[in-house]
Amino acid sequence: MADTIDRTALQQFLLRMGDNTLILGHRVSEWCGHAPVLEEDIALANTALDLIGQTQLWLDYAAEVEGAGRSADDLAFLRDVWDFRNVLLVELPNGDFGQTLMRQFLYDAWASIMLGRLQKSADERVREIAEKAAKENAYHVERSADTVVGLGDGTEESHRRMQAALDYLYPYVGELFESDATDAAMVEAGVAPDPAGLREDYDALVGRVMADATLRLPEKAYVHRGGRSGTMHTEHLGHLLCTMQWLQRAYPGCRW
Amino acid sequence: MYAQMVKSTGKGVKTREEMSEDERAFQDKIDADTKIEPRDWMPEEYRKTLVRQIGQHAHSEIVGQLPEGNWITRAPTLERKMILLAKVQDEAGHGLYLYAAAETLGVSRDEMTEDLLSGKMKYSSIFNYPTLTWADMGAVGWLVDGAAIMNQVPLQRTSYGPYSRAMIRICKEESFHQRQGYDIMMKMAQGSPEQKRMAQDALNRFWYPSLMMFGPSDADSVHSAQSMAWKIKINTNDELRQKFVDQTVPQAEYLGLSIPDPDLKWNAERGHYDFTEPDWQEFFDVIKGNGPCNTERLGDRTRAWEEGRWVREGLMAHANKRAARIAAE
Repeated sequence: MADTIDRTALQQFLLRMGDNTLILGHRVSEWCGHAPVLEEDIALANTALDLIGQTQLWLDYAAEVEGAGRSADDLAFLRDVWDFRNVLLVELPNGDFGQTLMRQFLYDAWASIMLGRLQKSADERVREIAEKAAKENAYHVERSADTVVGLGDGTEESHRRMQAALDYLYPYVGELFESDATDAAMVEAGVAPDPAGLREDYDALVGRVMADATLRLPEKAYVHRGGRSGTMHTEHLGHLLCTMQWLQRAYPGCRW
Repeated sequence: MYAQMVKSTGKGVKTREEMSEDERAFQDKIDADTKIEPRDWMPEEYRKTLVRQIGQHAHSEIVGQLPEGNWITRAPTLERKMILLAKVQDEAGHGLYLYAAAETLGVSRDEMTEDLLSGKMKYSSIFNYPTLTWADMGAVGWLVDGAAIMNQVPLQRTSYGPYSRAMIRICKEESFHQRQGYDIMMKMAQGSPEQKRMAQDALNRFWYPSLMMFGPSDADSVHSAQSMAWKIKINTNDELRQKFVDQTVPQAEYLGLSIPDPDLKWNAERGHYDFTEPDWQEFFDVIKGNGPCNTERLGDRTRAWEEGRWVREGLMAHANKRAARIAAE
């Protein structure tokens, strides 16, 4: 890591990466034992496991950069809503299996492009984490894309449900490509790309998969924002944290 | 293993004179430790008993995800959450191996699932108990997986080839499960007063249900005698229960926890611990559907199956469309 880098911006960037995987991993883990078919139970647990593993790496580094003596667990289990930096998309409820897999694909497609770019980061740690995460993501995006196609181009009911999921989730996609001062600092330091620059590849990938799935992308979707900046999360995040952080909050300072 | 009270012929073991020529040749192979494979001739009752036993074991792995899934979203650290996810993922994988083994005997996974949901097939009584504190994740790994291992290790030598191979893969993963459970108990037993209280409470609640996992005494059971002659059961329930108690008591002592049995004591003459039998009336109540969580467990599985129907149908329809498109090209 370069000495001249804006450490606050770097820490914010790392929280954005780690909070996305933490909150999405948590949401996916809520499925445990309730999937439509055994293979999906295995795949969902595996996806959640990968995402929580990536969280550990991002938040470890975020805690180090912060330099306040906090650990990745402290960041995960002892922050309140306003300090989380994940995009709103990942904190939305699971809904039915179709909504869960649609959300997964919309995230995986972004992650596949983002992690590809981050493998060229000027920051060695970021590069290493991205390399590991990209291998896992390659499998995730293949599976979520296949499932979206299978269900979109399946029965009338599965098509209808997948279109409803896409209509509901798509307004939350735009936030992934918003740029602010933190992003500008990361671009300046060569740590991470400008999020807006990922949009073209993303649209091409998502457009291809939705065409195969016979699903229609909403035109001119509104953009819900506020997660990455922490200015306004959804009401859902607080409830998620109530569950996730309960033991650490109820019995502070214990070793588990 | 998670199979309890599996019925076989109910008629007792035939003598060689009573056996047909096929049956004699079959028994000779078993006695010589030659594995029986799916295409080999086998008595119909052997096949049916195996379907019941492997199916019950598979269902137990699937339902067994639920008591632990209950704590995945509340795991106290990122590492604990990952370990628990990996464990539950393993269990679903074990279910998959076992259903695949049962399918070689001519019954489909969907048929077995329907039988589970209708109550025709059972799963282990242990999964009808609730997981109330984080220490229960420790107790489940330490005691429940510990009891399962007792039965699964000998079953690696079972006579049916696909079942034996599934058990070999499963056993490799189960010992990791038990270790992580004991590790949680260790942290809790060495932790704050509240954590110690959770650990002791978990042991209190899971001790007798764990002893019940082996099933009631089958020393005089004609079903077990037949299963043992066929080598689809290797030890009696009492042998395994004793082995489990003998192994677990020193582990509890090391943790500084008390086994909830005032009459538990070392019997030097027998070279084993004497212990109190579980309340078998409670066991039969649980088996009949009256355990603390039977309604929730089967309700969860039924909901997953029914709410997932559109997904299975959608994916199937897509696969058919794709196959038709490829055929048309």
